[in-house]
This record gives sequence, structure tokens and C-alpha cells, in this order.
Amino acid sequence: MAKHVKHIEPYSPQFGTMIPLGSQKFLRTCVLWQIVRFVAINIRMTILILKSHH
Amino acid sequence: MARLVVMGGGVSGHTAATFAKKMLGKEHEVVVVTPNSLWNWIPSNIWVGVGEMGKKDVVFPLAPVYEKAGIDYRQAKAVSIHPEGNSTNGDAFITIEYTGQNREGQSESLTYDYLINATGPKLNFGATEGLSNGNGDVGEHTVSVCSADHAVHASHELKACIEKMKKGEKQTFLIGTGHGMCTCQGAAFEYIFNIEHTLKQEGVRDMAEIIFITNESFLGDFGMGGLHFKMGGFATSSKVFAESLYAERGLNWILGAHVNKVEAGKVTYESLDGEMDTQAFDFAMLIPPFAGVGLKAYDKEDGDITEKLFAPNGFMKVDANYNAGSYENWKASDWPRTLQNQDYKNIFAVGIAFAPPHPISKPMSSKNGTPITPTPPRTGMPSAMMGKAVTMSIVDMIKHGASEPTHTSSMAEMGAACVASAGKGLFSGTAAAMTVYPIVPDFEKYPGTGRDLNGTTGELGLAAHWVKHILHFGFLWKAKLKPGWTLIPE
Ligand SMILES: Cc1cc2nc3c(=O)[nH]c(=O)nc-3n(C[C@H](O)[C@H](O)[C@H](O)COP(=O)(O)OP(=O)(O)OC[C@H]3O[C@@H](n4cnc5c(N)ncnc54)[C@H](O)[C@@H]3O)c2cc1C
Repeated sequence: MAKHVKHIEPYSPQFGTMIPLGSQKFLRTCVLWQIVRFVAINIRMTILILKSHH
Repeated sequence: MARLVVMGGGVSGHTAATFAKKMLGKEHEVVVVTPNSLWNWIPSNIWVGVGEMGKKDVVFPLAPVYEKAGIDYRQAKAVSIHPEGNSTNGDAFITIEYTGQNREGQSESLTYDYLINATGPKLNFGATEGLSNGNGDVGEHTVSVCSADHAVHASHELKACIEKMKKGEKQTFLIGTGHGMCTCQGAAFEYIFNIEHTLKQEGVRDMAEIIFITNESFLGDFGMGGLHFKMGGFATSSKVFAESLYAERGLNWILGAHVNKVEAGKVTYESLDGEMDTQAFDFAMLIPPFAGVGLKAYDKEDGDITEKLFAPNGFMKVDANYNAGSYENWKASDWPRTLQNQDYKNIFAVGIAFAPPHPISKPMSSKNGTPITPTPPRTGMPSAMMGKAVTMSIVDMIKHGASEPTHTSSMAEMGAACVASAGKGLFSGTAAAMTVYPIVPDFEKYPGTGRDLNGTTGELGLAAHWVKHILHFGFLWKAKLKPGWTLIPE
């Protein structure tokens, strides 16, 4: 875990939030997973657009 | 033959005019009055501002596109609206002043049957001492990415800072909002993301302190009162999402700040707690507050009716509820649906040009009474959607005799997508993609968070970066009216 989390100063504003760990960071750049996410984001945006036109 | 005049050839006006011409054909006239000769895909200015793209990548000349489409293009700025005509002529008209086409400075009247105000914002640098150059443009102490030229200048300044860091000189970067009543926090959010990425690529990240300064009371307010994303089995606040992004990148933040003075290397700001403080910087990009572009309006007797057509901030009044009162009384239904002016039914306002009924974020002021509240964002996607919806209503009025607008486009009934992306490489970039539905929370329809959690999402990764690139090329393709342009959604 230490590999992925740099020192965060206790009681600093940065200390009060979530910090991504290795698995999250891996998935963000894993091309196969990102292709799946790419399709998902496009579907999601298409639905958003269709719902927004009146 | 009817004549539709569109004032402003930016995101919403260009969308409105091009669809109008396509739908109305040769039988009717579409005129665009806009002072710029180049169309700018503003969202990509962020990449210009870090040197990833040049100006030529984000602009193109309007004249050939309008000529091909059969749109009457006047490179001019609109000055005044005369919805009742004047004492000698009963036809509604606007006055314009040319800025190009070899007619610089010349004035002209243009009659209209329908008028769309799509004049966007005046970048109100003058509202903060030291933010402007004295002539209404960005001043010498800070940079801006609001126009392509501003962004080119910002990239040169950034380069100079990088050179200094390479020589061992530490630098402080200050990115954010330059006034307590700014909107467009998303652009500053994306720019800070890009600055950090660029400094990392250049191998000088450890020489830089990067600080976000914002009028938001919490990170992730975005002028929308914040939002909740569906994430890992939780409805997670955008505060956590944004803070996580900043913390991961080692960025610091200053919240609830009204920047009231900018000097060389220093800003002075007032916080929500009423304290005055300063922050030193070597490089600062501060978004100015927005106002209307200052159009005037006159009645038949040449009496000034500007206050009838426009709100005090210069944005045009439409079918919104401007008497909603205090925050507790605000409703989604306060937001305009048809974008039609209620006094003059052949006038509409779209994009940033319409006057919102009130902010979306809860109004706050410092202990000294200084208002420090993000004003509502009207980003590219909703602006274009409004442009198209209003056009379809006008086309139905012209071609089919509709007496009322037939299409609606309320920010309380539409979504928006925001992709903040850094880097140019297909596999080396990084991005955050957010969607929100609806933009204005509707707590009656979506009890709890005020939004549809299936449409309100946020995630990070390469995929979002690819989406941003597609948006860049897709929207420029569409705006140039290249084959299949109508198939690319707004
Ligand atoms: C740096 C930056 C990044 C952004 N990134 C994103 C993003 O990633 N996604 C997103 O959705 N949105 C983004 N936005 C917001 C988006 O650019 C705006 O929402 C959008 O441009 C608004 O469209 P508009 O037509 O109302 O105004 P504009 O696009 O600004 O167009 C207004 C037009 O009116 C013209 N005009 C001005 N005065 C007059 C006059 N008197 N007479 C006639 N014409 C006049 C102007 O020259 C201009 O051409 C960003 C904005 C900025 C500044």
C-alpha cells in the first residue's frame, strides 16, 4: 500500500478524502478495462443526450 | 420570407443558425451577427494553454462555412434591440457595428422577424482590481484561457516558468476564480489538472507548488451546489471526488475566496469568514466573472427599455421565475423552458446570454457582507441544446404557424457532461469524466440527492481521455458542417 500512497499530512485538508490505491490506479490505465469503460461512457452520454432533448 | 437574426456566433448561436438554415432552406433568411472572424472550440483552449495544441487546432474561419451554408454573415457586434421598431418604421430591428469585412466601425440597422440572443458572456476582468488591463481585457499580472489568444499567451508564460524550474527556481502556480461571483469553475479545474500533468511530464513537478483558489464553499460545488455520484455502492459527494483528485496530485486549495485585488505576484482575497489574506504566485490563471455583453434596448419612441429586456447583470430575461425569493423557495420549475422573452415573443436567448432565475449553489456572503457564491454554469452541451431547441420552435412558428414555442430546453430537465482531460498521447493521458442529470437539482422528482443517480456519474481513466479527444474532433467537424454533421449530437 505504501507504494501507492505518498505521505499525507494529518489534519491537512488532503487528509480528509479518499486516496486511490494500486488496483484503482491499475484499472485507470488498463487498456482492456478502459475499452469497456469507453463503451460504457459513450452509452451513458448518449442516454443523457436523448433524455435532454425535448 | 421570414428573417431570423442570430446575435452571436459561438457555441449556442452557431448551433442555432446552422440548424435553422438547414431546416428553413432557401425560402427564409438566416443572418448571423458576430464580431469574430474565427470560430473557437473553447473547451480545447485548455490544451492550448499548456502548449499541447496551437491556436490553429481550435479555431477556423467562419466566412467560408456560412457562405457554403447560405447564411448571411455579418462580422459585427450587435449594439441595440428595437423590438417595436421606431417612430418612422414599425418593423423590429437591431443596430450593429461592423468589426470586419472591410466595414470596420460602420453602423447598420437589421430588421428581423425572429431574434436569438446568443451573445455569451462579457469576460468581466474589470470587476477585480488588477485583473484587467484597463481596457476590459486580461491584465499583465495573470493569464487567461478564455479565448484562443489568451491561451497561447498562457502557454508562453507557462513555458517560461518551466525554464526557471529547470534552472532550480521554485515556482508557485495559482489557478482558479478571480472574483467572488465567478462561474466556470470546471475550466479552472481542468486547467489545474493540465498544469500538474505538464509539470510532471517536464520533470519539474517537485519544483512547483500548485494551489487552487475558488469562490466555491467546498471543492466540487461547480456552481451546481455539488452533486452525488453513484460509486462503489455509495452516493458519493462531488466534494470527496474532487478532493481526492486534488489530494492524489498534491494540489492545495483555498475555498470561499473573493479575490479583490491582483498585483504583480500577489492576490488579495476575502474569505467567507471575513478575513483578508494574500497569496503569492509566479503564474496565475484566474477566470473572470461573466456579465452580459451590454446590449441596449429601446421602444418605439426611442425610450430606453434595457431594464425591461435585461436583468441587472446584462443577461436577457426569458420565461424564468425571477421572483423565486430566497434559497429555501427555489424550485426546478423556476428555470426557463422555452427561453422566450415574455414581453416580445419573437425574441429568445440561449446559452450564457439568458438570465438565470437565481444561482444553483446556495448564496453565501462573508461576514462583511461580500457575496461569495458561484453563479450558475451554462456549459457547452446545454448551450448547444438550447440553441437547437429554440431553433426548432422558431422553425415551427415560421413554417407551421405555431403560436407558442414547440420545444423546451430547461436546465432542470437536461444533463451535462464534463470531461477534464490532460495530456495528448492516446495512452499517456489522464482524465475525469463526469455526467450530471439534471443540471439543476430537482428534489421533488429525485428526492434525496436531487438528481438521477443513474445519470450522475464520475470516473477517472484513459477512456475519459479518449472521449475528450472524440469531442474535440467531433465538435469541430460538426461546426465546420462537414458531411454527416447533423448526426453528431449536441
Ligand atoms: C476555458 C474554458 C473551457 C471550457 N470548457 C468546457 C468544457 O470542457 N465543456 C463544456 O461543455 N463547456 C466548457 N466551457 C464553457 C463553454 O465554452 C460555454 O458554455 C459556451 O461557449 C457558451 O456558449 P455561448 O454560445 O453562450 O457563448 P460563446 O460560445 O462565448 O459565444 C458567444 C458569441 O457571441 C459573440 N458576441 C459577443 N458580443 C456580441 C455582440 N455584441 N453582438 C454579437 N455577437 C456577440 C462572441 O464573439 C461569441 O462568438 C468552457 C469555457 C471556458 C472559458
